[in-house]
Amino acid sequence: MSVALRIRSAGPGVTVQDAGRPGYLRYGVTPAGPMDAGALAAANLALGSAAGAAAIEASLGGLELEAEGGVIGLAVAGGAFDLRLDGAPLPSACRLALAPGAVFSIRAGPSGAWCYVAVAGRLDLPLALGSLATHARSGLGGLSGRGLAAGDRLAVAELREPPSCLSAIEAPWLALSAAPIRVIPGPQHDRFTEAALRAFVETDWRLSPRSDRMAYRLEGPPLVHSAGHDIVSDGVALGAIQVPGDGAPLVLMADRQPTGGYPKIANVIGADIGLLAQKRPGESFAFVSVSIEEAVALRRARAETIAAGLSMRPLAPELTAEFLLAANLIGGVADATQE
Amino acid sequence: MLHPAPRWLDAGEAALVVEFGDSVDPTINARVLALDAALRAAPIEGIVEMVPTYRSLMIHYEPLALSRSALMAHAQGLLRTSAAPGSPDRRSRSGGIDAPMRLWTVPCCYEPPLAEDITAAGEVLSLSSERLAELHAGALYRAYMYGFAPGWCYLGGLPAALALPRRAAPRGPTPWGAVLIGGGLSLICAAPMPTGWYVIGRTPERLFALDRDPPFLFEAGDAIRFEPVGRAAFARLEERAGRGAIVSRLMTESMA
Repeated sequence: MSVALRIRSAGPGVTVQDAGRPGYLRYGVTPAGPMDAGALAAANLALGSAAGAAAIEASLGGLELEAEGGVIGLAVAGGAFDLRLDGAPLPSACRLALAPGAVFSIRAGPSGAWCYVAVAGRLDLPLALGSLATHARSGLGGLSGRGLAAGDRLAVAELREPPSCLSAIEAPWLALSAAPIRVIPGPQHDRFTEAALRAFVETDWRLSPRSDRMAYRLEGPPLVHSAGHDIVSDGVALGAIQVPGDGAPLVLMADRQPTGGYPKIANVIGADIGLLAQKRPGESFAFVSVSIEEAVALRRARAETIAAGLSMRPLAPELTAEFLLAANLIGGVADATQE
Repeated sequence: MLHPAPRWLDAGEAALVVEFGDSVDPTINARVLALDAALRAAPIEGIVEMVPTYRSLMIHYEPLALSRSALMAHAQGLLRTSAAPGSPDRRSRSGGIDAPMRLWTVPCCYEPPLAEDITAAGEVLSLSSERLAELHAGALYRAYMYGFAPGWCYLGGLPAALALPRRAAPRGPTPWGAVLIGGGLSLICAAPMPTGWYVIGRTPERLFALDRDPPFLFEAGDAIRFEPVGRAAFARLEERAGRGAIVSRLMTESMA
């Protein structure tokens, strides 16, 4: 039997994502890709894979996985999720071996909204326009262009040796923070009143429950346009903050359309997109404006931090033994204890 | 309106917008596409991709590989040598300096039930269905830009007599290949979607087919004409398109 990950259960919005689908924005194709690219990179790098390799993106609805046909090495990173192997708690960023018969589960933890499950191998799915990134709305990528559901089976090709012990992943860029999200003024910031521009940076915005991979909707005072809310469509970048007629800002995320017709008051800087993505509905945060030079410097600092790599901390031997038992790697002993 | 000089707008630190104007206008769009073509012909390290729209070109770039000032200097240099906005023979062209002009002749059936809203649209416009179809098929369109969803390509050049407001409430999902009018534009439906536009015909052509090379039929700037076909011809062509064939005719005129 070929080796595969079987989905035992999946909340809404669990998808396969890689670094995204560049090159087709001009044909109306949404880029998709990870909500938190730094977290995807951490999971992949922990297994020695390319930072943008395809992995499973899970969210607050949770996910349960099991291995079929062989032991599969996994690495998980993202928000502070509640991860368990056969019920035993794991660090929220870790590398483990998943043996057939064991159940690996992800549930919402104290903070964070997205996490990534990378495999020590390759998710064996067909490329769509050069990428495995799922865009469910247009039915492209991933598994049949849709989110994952109970019973789905993801074949793993080019399977590599699983890790020999459980380790915590220590990657400084995974730290969440309540610091204001940094933005630079948007291409149509001159289409807002002075009061709206002030309110934009002075408000504690609340993330609306009506937020998804396409857009994060913000609750706060309506932002008033100075020259109407319809503009002739133009390009939309990751993190663009559009303000439609109702005055409620929308931050355009991974599943954004490549063009749009509402004025953009600001744009979240690249270094802070992941931080924003990890906010949960109901969480509050502020925006602060920085210069484009600062945005580039922060982008460089973040790229250098990620390039410096992460470290793996093997867990205490007694813990490791416990996890090996749970993972059924010490077959005879595990069988004995279960009986 | 065409701006006296292009505006350079930042959309974050990794996208630069070159805005030529603020309206849907063939002259403005030609400037956008000329810069797009020039950048494609003279690429530099650090440009990720370009997105042409009605009135602006968004240049996605990696600022750690290419500074904003270097990108802007490169694009300004190309604008000086390629755009030649005053030159009427350039202005009349849809593509860029090196792009050949391409004309697609796309089959379209204007008969109900495929043209499911043609009677309703005719009532709003005070035109018979026959006259509406004749006017739509008699015009030459320009592929302004893609947007909204894969393969959704907005076509300019709709005769003024066919300009009508979108419906107040969206109609049910349009089928694949529906030929739509709404606002002052025409559009071919590349994926079923609820819309406020009117379905006045159906083409057997697939604007987007993942398994075909090329997956997308039109390039922004292409010229498009609709050729009326009856329902029997439509069915024949649809069967061929389903097998992966391109059923429109392409004429290419070199711009030497």
